[in-house]
Amino acid sequence: MKTFTYRTADDVSGGLEPGATFLAGGTNLVDLMKLGVATPDVLVDVTRLGLDQIGDLPGGGLRIGAGVRNSDLAADHRVRRDYPVLSQALLAGASGQLRNMATTAGNLLQRTRCRYFMDATMPCNKHAPGSGCPAREGDHRNLAILGASPSCVATHPSDMAVALAALDAEVRISGPAGERTVPVTELHRLPGDAPERDTVLEHGELITAVDLPPLDLAARSAYRKVRDRASYAFAVGSVAAALQVTDGTVRDVRLAFGAVAHKPWRAHRAEEALRGRPATRESFRAAADAELAAAEPLRDNAFKVTLIRNLVGSVLEGLS
Amino acid sequence: MTATTERAVGQPIGRIEGPDKVRGAARYAAEFQVGDDLAYAWVVQSPVARGTLRTVVVDPLVEPDDVLAVLWHGNAPRLGPADDPELAVLQSDRISYRGQAVALVVARTLEAARRAAASLQLEIDEEPHDCLLRVDHPSAYEPEKVNPGFPASSALGDVDAALAGAPVTVDVTYSTPALHNSPMEPHATTALWVNDDLVLYDSNQHPPGVAAAVGALFDLPADRVHVITEHVGGGFGSKGTARPNAVLAAMAAKVTGRPVRLALPRQALFSMVGHRTPTIQRVRLGASADGRLTAIDHKAWGQSSRLFEFAEQTAVTTRHMYAAPNRRTGHRLVRLDMPTPRWMRAPGEAPGMVALECAMDELAVALEIDPIELRVRNEPAVEPESGVPFSSRHYLECLRRGAERFGWHDRDSRPRQRREGDWWIGTGVAGATYPAMVQPSTARASRLPSGDYEVSIAATDLGTGARTILTQIAADALEVPVAQVRVRIGDSTLPMASVAGGSSGSASWGWAVTGACRALRSSSASSATFDSSELVAQQEKDGKHAFGAHFAEVRVDAVTGEVRVTRLFGMYAAGRILNPRTARSQFRGGMIMGMGMALHEESVLDPAMGAWVNHDFAEYHIPAHADLESVEAEWLDEQDDQLNPMGSKGIGEIGIVGSPAAILNAVWHATGVRIRDLPARLDKILPYL
Ligand SMILES: Cc1cc2nc3c(=O)[nH]c(=O)nc-3n(C[C@H](O)[C@H](O)[C@H](O)COP(=O)(O)OP(=O)(O)OC[C@H]3O[C@@H](n4cnc5c(N)ncnc54)[C@H](O)[C@@H]3O)c2cc1C
Ligand code: SF4
Repeated sequence: MKTFTYRTADDVSGGLEPGATFLAGGTNLVDLMKLGVATPDVLVDVTRLGLDQIGDLPGGGLRIGAGVRNSDLAADHRVRRDYPVLSQALLAGASGQLRNMATTAGNLLQRTRCRYFMDATMPCNKHAPGSGCPAREGDHRNLAILGASPSCVATHPSDMAVALAALDAEVRISGPAGERTVPVTELHRLPGDAPERDTVLEHGELITAVDLPPLDLAARSAYRKVRDRASYAFAVGSVAAALQVTDGTVRDVRLAFGAVAHKPWRAHRAEEALRGRPATRESFRAAADAELAAAEPLRDNAFKVTLIRNLVGSVLEGLS
Repeated sequence: MTATTERAVGQPIGRIEGPDKVRGAARYAAEFQVGDDLAYAWVVQSPVARGTLRTVVVDPLVEPDDVLAVLWHGNAPRLGPADDPELAVLQSDRISYRGQAVALVVARTLEAARRAAASLQLEIDEEPHDCLLRVDHPSAYEPEKVNPGFPASSALGDVDAALAGAPVTVDVTYSTPALHNSPMEPHATTALWVNDDLVLYDSNQHPPGVAAAVGALFDLPADRVHVITEHVGGGFGSKGTARPNAVLAAMAAKVTGRPVRLALPRQALFSMVGHRTPTIQRVRLGASADGRLTAIDHKAWGQSSRLFEFAEQTAVTTRHMYAAPNRRTGHRLVRLDMPTPRWMRAPGEAPGMVALECAMDELAVALEIDPIELRVRNEPAVEPESGVPFSSRHYLECLRRGAERFGWHDRDSRPRQRREGDWWIGTGVAGATYPAMVQPSTARASRLPSGDYEVSIAATDLGTGARTILTQIAADALEVPVAQVRVRIGDSTLPMASVAGGSSGSASWGWAVTGACRALRSSSASSATFDSSELVAQQEKDGKHAFGAHFAEVRVDAVTGEVRVTRLFGMYAAGRILNPRTARSQFRGGMIMGMGMALHEESVLDPAMGAWVNHDFAEYHIPAHADLESVEAEWLDEQDDQLNPMGSKGIGEIGIVGSPAAILNAVWHATGVRIRDLPARLDKILPYL
């Protein structure tokens, strides 16, 4: 482990030191430092910025502080009532101890679990740009089927982010150049030829909050995660969905997929294909197919296409 | 035996060291305080699977103030010849596998050691490597023997003719992945030299064996190596002999003149300390229409390293499980650029019985006979290959009694019949067996001035309850209450004990302890020693096994292919159960590990990199608590006076033998999908749902 300096920031501007790496719950960053994959020089602890509140937004909706712990967010009564998909996604992730430490921003910015990325002795375009992508020919059972590139087929591992993507959440960012807001669906990049960059954040930019807009249909929403053991495992596929049906017809729908791409995958095509259609298993599956038509599975992960299609059908049926 | 004798053995006494462990007072190998100049070592592992290490460039040295030594084959002290070439660390420029120890950094702090280790430049001439086991591998060969000394092949009758003539046959190939023992406590050693003697606080399953092996490397007799192994956080076979960590720590302590601590990180356990070989097994069964086996053919492929031949006895169980006039078993080995496999809980039996017991299930289906009935019809009168009568075999009783307890009788034998919501539900059964072994050991019993007794033996307690059971055995043999007995174990200077392995610990050590205690009781001396070697040598070895039956109920999600085990039940006949509480925990622990083998555990090989890439607990999945819905073990009261003074058989491993097959058979019954390539992951099942 490389020597580094550590300090705490007491206000948002105090955190914005060039070259600094933010430390929140540390459940991902510290692991990566121990593995020699992350080698920051300066760590700025951002857990004392007072960003740990969940507030009501004036026009409805919630502002979730970047430092709110995953366990607190999952337990919040407004979240459970108005956005159950988010609470379910959080509770499906990691373990009780980890959720007590993990924060909203840290969870969004956690890095891929690609096994080559997590091993500093391996080539990997993400941790050592230009060194190659052994996952493509090697172990990729749990990697991307959508939006990947020749240089990287990693997936974003977060459960929470999938729910946020379905909920049209917006990320509030504070940086040297001022403040800006980015839809959560545009926070993470596709790998393209620069897989070393996970997100659109510039150096020194700090996430301060995530805004959840009011969304009536979110009251009927659900998250379904599939994994290789009953708990304490990352998703091999997941679906976040919210559905509004009147008279047997889909009025409105939100759909996002997890563990299929370099980002939480908002399924716009599927949503479009569903609006105004009968709320039946056939249309749900057809909608899933509309989204998955673009899938380019690798040797060992084609099952994810079937898995996601089945999940979409099952979750939407459960909501209708 | 007198009434007093019955008092302690058979009681559900809690583990003696339990409170110490809960309070954190129990000390493990990496926790002993040994002076204030303790140094820390960090291993540098090979990043390639095959090649020659030309040199290690140390310049410029990172953390120069704190680094005490950088050792590699160019400057490391020469070691004596090693029986286990994995222990000849830093002796040669050959790289035999990725992850092999190629250098060691010793520093004043762990952080400095680690940082300097990361900065070393290894100049390696890399060579093409070959890491993938396959049946058509051109260099597959038949080893002379398989562990621990069985002939590699056996043949009885004319298998080919019997198969050709059988009205019903099954010809299936099952494969099991490499698995890693993954004990909770990683392998660790704290080493110091006292004058010219070596002291090792080491996590292992056999202190006297470690003393002898490490002593030989440093040209010391075993009695000048003092191995202290007070507590062990599991080993599952991977700590059965000295591992490279003990040698490296001793070497580092010698070079620096300080005590040195080396605790391997979890990732290193995936290459440096052993694993269960992957297997590919072809099983062919022939049967008459009424379900009598006419032929059994079991051929197993496994792998070993370039360093030495470790030939696992995968098909050996098939030699004594069922009656059949024609039988053939055989083994093939492929030497690869991979780490050397080692023992892992029920080596041989666990993977071997996956293939045999799943094939039996497939045969039952082909014959349209209940799988329990099929086993009943093929129960042998004597041990099939040796012809020796079984000292006790209550296999059928386990199946029958287990079937009653589990609720087997009204099972619809057809697959894919029970559905509840999205779940397909099914049940499966499989047999279990494990040899009842015993090995020579010596114990000493002494009277203490207080009137209490001390019993000493160089055994180890891996968390199983060995210390507790020996206390119970001693109390009964001395005819005193348990509270009057102190058992000292975990130290190589105590009387010689056999390894905590092969489920033979309690039987072997208990024999010596009983002997010493009885001798003390019948004399007025202050202490008595007993060596069981002669009695053990006189024993008939064949025909002694524990048996059992495993039952599983699973549900498989029709939407996702996820498998959950709703019930796992084991019924065992394993001689006298010495302590029902610790025994239940052993049985259930084995079954849970069996569940892992069936559904979760798998070391994922990237053949191009020559590495298992999922080398931590986030990625190498062992069952989590949420996976254990109901795991129960029961046993029959089995009397067998041909075993040892306690009448016990080993119970540490039988739980993992057959339990994976029961689960896989249940998956088939639930869904109609036969998974022959373990583990039964959802992606293998989903396409067929
Ligand atoms: C064994 C294990 C299992 C897990 N299983 C799951 C799972 O099933 N599902 C799941 O979703 N997750 C899982 N996780 C991941 C876990 O959710 C993340 O580690 C956690 O959410 C990260 O949050 P943190 O606050 O600890 O982030 P940190 O580790 O502190 O930081 C993560 C990243 O975010 C950056 N960062 C933190 N705060 C800010 C900020 N305010 N602005 C800008 N950058 C910031 C850091 O610089 C760092 O790059 C698991 C983790 C482990 C270790
Ligand atoms: S998929 Fe991406 S993260 Fe994984 S090895 Fe390839 S480049 Fe690295």
